[in-house]
Amino acid sequence: MALSGLFLMVFLLQHFAINITSVFSETIFNQFSHFMGTNALVQFVLQPILIFGVIFHFVMGFVLDIQNRRARGTRYAVYKGNANASWVSRNMLISGGTVLAFLVLHFYDFWVPEMNYKYIEFLPEDPNRYYEELVHKFEDLTRVILYVISFFFLALHLSHGFSSAFQSMGLNNKYTVALKSIGKVYAIGIPAGFAFIAIFHFLNH
Amino acid sequence: MKLTLKIWRQENANAKGSMQTYSLDGVSPDMSFLEMMDVLNEQLMEQGIDPVAFDHDCREGICGSCSMFINGEAHGPDRLVTTCQLHMRKFKDGDTIHIEPFRAKPFPVIKDLVVDRTAFDRIQHAGGFVSVNTSGNTQDANAIPIEKADADKAFDAATCIGCGACVATCKNASAMLFVSAKVSQYALLPQGQVEATDRVMNMVSQMDEEGFGNCTNTGACEVECPKGISLENIARMNREYLSANVKG
Repeated sequence: MALSGLFLMVFLLQHFAINITSVFSETIFNQFSHFMGTNALVQFVLQPILIFGVIFHFVMGFVLDIQNRRARGTRYAVYKGNANASWVSRNMLISGGTVLAFLVLHFYDFWVPEMNYKYIEFLPEDPNRYYEELVHKFEDLTRVILYVISFFFLALHLSHGFSSAFQSMGLNNKYTVALKSIGKVYAIGIPAGFAFIAIFHFLNH
Repeated sequence: MKLTLKIWRQENANAKGSMQTYSLDGVSPDMSFLEMMDVLNEQLMEQGIDPVAFDHDCREGICGSCSMFINGEAHGPDRLVTTCQLHMRKFKDGDTIHIEPFRAKPFPVIKDLVVDRTAFDRIQHAGGFVSVNTSGNTQDANAIPIEKADADKAFDAATCIGCGACVATCKNASAMLFVSAKVSQYALLPQGQVEATDRVMNMVSQMDEEGFGNCTNTGACEVECPKGISLENIARMNREYLSANVKG
């Protein structure tokens, strides 16, 4: 979980770095997107690894949750979980499940049409189509609202997941306080940035 | 103080248990929680009711025997104390107190509030020791220089009394804090290095075999631990485990 989580966090950072360029420059966003969409290494090596990473992460999440519920056996009549642990840390399945539901929508919105364009209909390469496709998706208020809600849950998930991943990998030392601060910045900054991109394009269409 | 007590009663390991309600009057705020239980049991015996079975021994917070889950928390609402050190002044007159056994599949209920924690013993037997020749030629441990910071951390880990509060309180019933404390107390000392690889592999393997849950780093165990065992120990055990796997 920790390894796949760290891998997905690196991916998220890269995804955000490319998407934020759409706010500043249509040309730069199209160049990046065209490179990512046509580069063989990205398409046929990194993309399958990413998809495997996503599937592994959520399948393991469900498997571990089932194991953990079994380990308790009989449930307590009274269990005061909020007395000793944060809601976020106790409910990663809820925040993660919401992000998973979002991923289904996100794949339907962008990944499926992209695969259809390139590998099913074999339409001609167009390096300038990406920005228009992105902006078009965020013309719909319902989609923007769903995305923003999902990013909120992503922030919750990351706020525990970031430091938790390092703890699971054995990193808990004098740098942990700094690492937790970086984690908070990452957990709020990246989802807030994604939400900003969606709202920006909705307001500017 | 007058209290309403809702207590888990279970005849034996195979019987179906349930929460039973009892009223108890005349409880002094200066009583320990176990003394309050003693008073309740006196009252029950006078009424011809089977007294509530619960684990206790030293009653000074060092043996790790007492094991109640009080009002939704292991060892009750106080911090850094065992149930025997919990005092009734932490409660108010008229309170309803829920008392349950530590719940985990590897800790089956034997009777009422008594649970079988021998799973911890089996984990210890799997590697929680240093093999030394005790024929009379054993080297004095104090003859080996150990850095103060490491000695302090090893001693901190060694204060774990194996009560099982970490398992009881963890939403996953994970035993990682207990096992990591037992691994850490040797991992930090030169005497523990020779068997370090086998120790962590065998103890983690036994922990999994017992059916404890997985650690999701909620930190609840550290908060509820009566000895304040740190999550640092879990990270250390994870490092030891990764390192042992790499070494093979």
